[in-house]
Amino acid sequence: MTTTVKTFVNQPYKYGFVTDIESDTIPRGLTEDVVRLISAKKNEPEFMLEFRLKAYRQWLKMTEPTWPNVTYPAINYQEIIYYSAPKKKEQKLGSLDEVDPAILETFEKLGIPLSEQKRLSNVAVDAIFDSVSIATTFKEKLAEAGVIFCSISEALQEHPELVQKYLGSVVPVGDNYYAALNSAVFSDGSFVYIPKGTKCPMELSTYFRINTGDTGQFERTLIVAESGSSVSYLEGCTAPMFDTNQLHAAVVELVALDNAEIKYSTVQNWYAGDENGKGGIYNFVTKRGLCAGVNSKISWTQVETGSAITWKYPGCILAGDNSVGEFYSVALTNNRQQADTGTKMVHVGKNTRSTIISKGISAGHSNNSYRGLVKIGPKADGARNYSQCDSMLIGSDAGANTFPYIQVQNDTARVEHEASTSKIGEDQLFYLSQRGISSEDAISMMISGFCKEVFSQLPMEFAVEADRLLSLKLEGSVG
Amino acid sequence: MIKADSQVILSVRGLTATVEGTQILKGVNLEVKAGEIHAIMGPNGSGKSTFAKVLAGHPDYTNIQGEVVFQGQNLLELEPEERAKAGVFMAFQYPLEIPGVSNLDFLRVAYNSRRKHQGLEELDAFDFDDLVHEKLAVVKMDPRFLDRSVNEGFSGGEKKRNEILQMALLEPTLAILDETDSGLDIDALKIVANGVNQLAKPENTTLLITHYQRLLNYIVPDFVHVMESGRILTTGTKELALELESRGYEWVRGEEETAGVGAA
Repeated sequence: MTTTVKTFVNQPYKYGFVTDIESDTIPRGLTEDVVRLISAKKNEPEFMLEFRLKAYRQWLKMTEPTWPNVTYPAINYQEIIYYSAPKKKEQKLGSLDEVDPAILETFEKLGIPLSEQKRLSNVAVDAIFDSVSIATTFKEKLAEAGVIFCSISEALQEHPELVQKYLGSVVPVGDNYYAALNSAVFSDGSFVYIPKGTKCPMELSTYFRINTGDTGQFERTLIVAESGSSVSYLEGCTAPMFDTNQLHAAVVELVALDNAEIKYSTVQNWYAGDENGKGGIYNFVTKRGLCAGVNSKISWTQVETGSAITWKYPGCILAGDNSVGEFYSVALTNNRQQADTGTKMVHVGKNTRSTIISKGISAGHSNNSYRGLVKIGPKADGARNYSQCDSMLIGSDAGANTFPYIQVQNDTARVEHEASTSKIGEDQLFYLSQRGISSEDAISMMISGFCKEVFSQLPMEFAVEADRLLSLKLEGSVG
Repeated sequence: MIKADSQVILSVRGLTATVEGTQILKGVNLEVKAGEIHAIMGPNGSGKSTFAKVLAGHPDYTNIQGEVVFQGQNLLELEPEERAKAGVFMAFQYPLEIPGVSNLDFLRVAYNSRRKHQGLEELDAFDFDDLVHEKLAVVKMDPRFLDRSVNEGFSGGEKKRNEILQMALLEPTLAILDETDSGLDIDALKIVANGVNQLAKPENTTLLITHYQRLLNYIVPDFVHVMESGRILTTGTKELALELESRGYEWVRGEEETAGVGAA
């Protein structure tokens, strides 16, 4: 290591505070009784309990995956609290006045004002605090367009038939270890339903906040876009700083019917642990979209900056003919963070197309791997894929890997894969500083240049935010 | 242009520097006044490029002793970007490529950082665009280079022109050209030299670091210094450069040893 690319020091994590509220928390550990208890607390229909129990029984027979390029001490699943909700709140609240002011203040501090007068214009927000949805804004306005946007608990009460029809249809209960766990114990999440031919009139957004120290967060998101409809959805995440690790195992399922379009964006900023790797979130997430209909399109955009460990592969099953899948990703790791992330594009239908643009940035002693599967099935005549995986290293102690898996079972398919690795070197920084540009500004310029193709895919309100977030994460990282 | 009453811009006394345990500079003395052009010549490994980099604040060098006063400020106390903002500019021997950052954005940020330091208002993208197009003429550069990433895929000559373009924009008080002639064909050399000559003003100074006399046919120095083993051995006028060209650096070493002031 050269003289001035010094130890990487992170900007203090500014979302690391804990809100002091009374919670309704169940005892640690997971048994069939706990699964039943969660279901009962939420007053769920019978089919839901059965779904959960089936998942739980499968999970018991499964083992944690060991193939990701990450290392961590074994997780004791009996030490985790599987349900925690702010007290005072048995049912979904009628109005914001009934929400604990401490929680509203928390979201204010996070820059997500929920009160009527301060809301982000044209963005509807579902705020999830620990395991429970706190408030959903702009519900009435959305209802006028026929759009359902609510917590999944509420959807189970109000629209059980829709949930029953689609839940688990893209990610089956036994899909993988964490998905099975989530299916058994998920406590809340968001539900979106866009009716036929409807263009959702505003951006939808879910904001996840983990507050309690030993709580696992298992949220479940389901988005269904009927024929000819379209929606753009964004999720954001933060958590307090704890010395221990918290497990976050979410499942997101998207269903796009004929000619429908879903754009799903994530800005993930869970607590990443300190510079020595103590604490932080284990982010083990299953996200999958099903392009069920012809000409449908699902686009994933993710900016992953937080979490001690990230394990997620948002993918698309391109079943409908001419359907389109996209994956745009920026994954930044610093200090001791580890990320094994990428996508799966499964081409089933004819003339299906997928695009993968992945940008990995590794600084400090972190390790950042891209892992992606492109699979062209035997009936996917004329399928096309373009993948580009670029890695950028900052300093000399960070690692970057690319693991592309390509399986082609159809002669007419075209698959292209490009990869590059670049480095922000000391000499580049000196060059820019010799022109009066500080190291911080220099890194920020280089990073935004590197990530341009991905940021341009984010909804405008969040593109600027993402740019700023990356700069903040790397602030002071090169001395 | 030598004037007896000109203000001293740069004064270097007893400057030493070490890289990876090896001492490269062993006590450099130099005084440069406003309006003057100085050339520092010397064989490979004599320390002339190190001298340029130490003035600019390159982080690789340690054990920097001695005194460097630039316009009354102790230059050694300043960070590289502060030196740049104060008016020290170094044209790099090997300009770096910065992928993903547009040349135009880079030039604007650099220009505005200097403006801000001078207490002037920063230029917006439109005003800057006008300015930069005006400055392109100094080095006869194609405007298309503005839209590309900084130096990425530029030929050697294009990179050097881009350096002089930056110099034209930043209007430094002290311009250090580190082997700017290396790797240039004669046409590119003329264009670059012509640019440097246009930018030389009575109130600023230029320090040319070069191995060959060739560049000095186009940029005529007021003083020529010969560097050897980390020291300036001898100083003369442009005739010294011509003599070096015909007799080689061995000749200077011989002179010094006869005079008895060479390194022991």
